[in-house]
Amino acid sequence: MRMKWWQVALGVSLLLAILSPLASSAPDGLERVAEDGGFAGLTRGAPIRIIADYLFPGIENQVVAAILAGVTGVIIVFALTLGLAWVVKSRKAR
Amino acid sequence: MHIPDGFLNIATIGATYAASAGGVGYAVRQANRKLGEKHIPLMGVMAAFIFAAQMLNFPIVGGTSGHLVGAALASILLGPWASVLVMTSVLLAQSLIFQDGGLLALGANVLNMAVIGSFGGYSFYRLGVAIFGDNRRGMAIGCFVGGWGSVVLASIACAVELAVSGVSPLTFVLPAMAGIHALIGIGEGLITAAAVGLVLATRADLLQLQKI
Repeated sequence: MRMKWWQVALGVSLLLAILSPLASSAPDGLERVAEDGGFAGLTRGAPIRIIADYLFPGIENQVVAAILAGVTGVIIVFALTLGLAWVVKSRKAR
Repeated sequence: MHIPDGFLNIATIGATYAASAGGVGYAVRQANRKLGEKHIPLMGVMAAFIFAAQMLNFPIVGGTSGHLVGAALASILLGPWASVLVMTSVLLAQSLIFQDGGLLALGANVLNMAVIGSFGGYSFYRLGVAIFGDNRRGMAIGCFVGGWGSVVLASIACAVELAVSGVSPLTFVLPAMAGIHALIGIGEGLITAAAVGLVLATRADLLQLQKI
């Protein structure tokens, strides 16, 4: 059976998540400006840490933790957005 | 450019939450009226792709990295209001589950990357297509300037919020944010053009969907 286009696109997203350990760990644009501007120290940590820093908690191997975090995130974001879009659309069927 | 908690003052947190709530509320009404059967899976995979791509930081100059924001890509494929919803969904999950972007700063991050990023990117894209023609070349140029513009405009909004909050003078933070994101935006423009080009080459009919 031919795969539907959205299944292919979801597969590509999962593949990107698996590649996420290859990402540059250098500070991003805002973090760089915060360091140069001397206000990076104002950062307050989150009160509850769930999958903080894109590393799945309780896993020693950082590569495995990053991949697991990424794959979990892709599935959650896909389901969340699909659900939100479905709720927004179905409200008009009244 | 996810703002963490600790950078913004109460007034800025309140104002940005109010502004982004207004934007997202209006986006919900637009989507409610216009969303079709085919839009829903596209919105889901768009958000999943943007989330995954945002994890892939690419190195820029001087030990700094950047990553795709995705607002231009989503707004070009889906239209700016649907893009606001897709981006908000991504930012919500990042803030709540991945502690990327503060909870109090979520309003500002939605305003910058979802609302301003989507409309900025879409406007720059339309401008590019209007100037260079509604063909493959014009669309590729439009995607590049759309991607670039979305990131630079979002970074300017972020700089203004930081300056208004009193963490850094506007004379420093505005040129610093706009400057580094003018470079990061080149990556955003190239990825946006490549992704839309890929959709155009494989499933051109998806670009014919009604823009929301």
